[in-house]
Amino acid sequence: MASTAPAFVHTLPAPFAPVPLADADSLPPHPVPELITQGAEALVYRTHFLTTSTLCALKYRPKKSYRHPTLDARLTKGRILAEARVLVRCRKEGLAVPAVMGADWEAGWLATEWIDGQTIRAYLDDYLHGIDDANVVAEQQEELMELMARVGESVGKMHEIGIVHGDLTTSNLMLRPKNKSGRESSAYTNRDLEGDVVIIDFGLAVQSIQDEDKAVDLYVLERAFGSTHPQAENLFPEVLRAYGESHKGAKVVLKRLEDVRLRGRKKSMLG
Amino acid sequence: MADGTTLQLPHLASHPVHISLFADVANAPFLRQQLLEGNSAFEYAFLDASTIISVNHVLAAVFRAVNDLLHGRLKSRNVHSEIVFSLSPNNNIAESFRRFGISDTTRTLLAIKVLNSPATDPIPDPSSHLATHVQGQRVPFNDATLALTAEIPRVRKIYKLDSGGDAGGRKGKGGKGQPNGAMAANSTIKEMEAVILGIMAVKGS
Ligand SMILES: Nc1ncnc2c1ncn2[C@@H]1O[C@H](COP(=O)(O)OP(=O)(O)O)[C@@H](O)[C@H]1O
Ligand SMILES: [Mg+2]
Repeated sequence: MASTAPAFVHTLPAPFAPVPLADADSLPPHPVPELITQGAEALVYRTHFLTTSTLCALKYRPKKSYRHPTLDARLTKGRILAEARVLVRCRKEGLAVPAVMGADWEAGWLATEWIDGQTIRAYLDDYLHGIDDANVVAEQQEELMELMARVGESVGKMHEIGIVHGDLTTSNLMLRPKNKSGRESSAYTNRDLEGDVVIIDFGLAVQSIQDEDKAVDLYVLERAFGSTHPQAENLFPEVLRAYGESHKGAKVVLKRLEDVRLRGRKKSMLG
Repeated sequence: MADGTTLQLPHLASHPVHISLFADVANAPFLRQQLLEGNSAFEYAFLDASTIISVNHVLAAVFRAVNDLLHGRLKSRNVHSEIVFSLSPNNNIAESFRRFGISDTTRTLLAIKVLNSPATDPIPDPSSHLATHVQGQRVPFNDATLALTAEIPRVRKIYKLDSGGDAGGRKGKGGKGQPNGAMAANSTIKEMEAVILGIMAVKGS
């Protein structure tokens, strides 16, 4: 991850900014945040927080020079707080999301618990990479299906507590694997997909009890599956099956999803 | 054990923090009085440890206070009072002192000193200064000790961990539903910590 990270385009705000050279000698080794991803709105770094044995994901929203400073400050504050509040709410309700560890909406950062795992997107990429090897796929099929069921349960639980994600893609779902040993060096074993599904990136999330909003969440996820993993066509129905079992209102949302699909298809036909 | 802990929070190496935990404190009224009088030899955050559940719980408050100090936006008198305020789930400073600060009946005391904060008389060794003035027994500052000294039900009430959207002992078809108290004590505290740090982080907005 570190080797492919682009050079610093942005300087993190205090206290995360690199130590000025003049002070460097007098201070102990300083953990330098490592850039993980750079999105349109935010940069995500991995760094220590509170203790040297605690890692966090530091999501930094740099100032946008093309926006009016007052408006920019208000938007940044609004988004950081919206994401943080939803995360706290979810965690309090027992949904697996990163815990909020700190925030500074004036400086533009939100620190959340580091999830030691990978995105579902990365897992699917890895697994489906060897799709021509039918044996491998068959071997993993059961594990994949179980993972899909856990995705459906998590999304179902999120909707049950009245949170709509707003950007439900396979990059915003992570798996924290139960056994982490040798994941990078050795081939997959069929235990590698065991573990908790953790939902991340609540920057666009809202509180909603509308079936329509929840159905659109599922539709967005379905499209994300279809577009990034066309070989995974047989997987998504398992997400929906588990979703349908997850809570009382889920079946109604699935029904609504059919309408949303229809509208989506009409729209794309009209261009 | 003679000394407390002096630690450097990641990213805040410029502000080392001394933390001492005392049990069976016998002179809380005297210590509290020093703070009320603004005695400059007692520039500490004195917390009642019964409302502190873990090391990270305190450190998150310290981080927020020092960060707000660095950005020149303390809401209370100084970085030490700000530590007490940072623990609060709301913006009521007086209430935060009643809940988290030392009181005359405090038995378990957490003494914190930000060593590089401006306007403090440099006290060469807070450990010995504290040992001289706190009548109590120094105990290790760690999660294990705090888990014993914390009054969990009170903390749950302060942070409203059992209210809002019928959280807590709820059914849950996903196999997550567990009878109350069936979870290991430590995982409960870790889970509490995960929520509490978030509540502390978003307050003041
Ligand atoms: N708490 C976390 N733990 C581990 N990795 C994370 C965490 N949060 C984000 N990431 C990584 O950073 C990426 C981008 O984070 P995200 O919150 O989705 O920001 P964006 O809005 O830019 O998509 C994620 O896809 C994931 O790989
Ligand atoms: Mg994302």
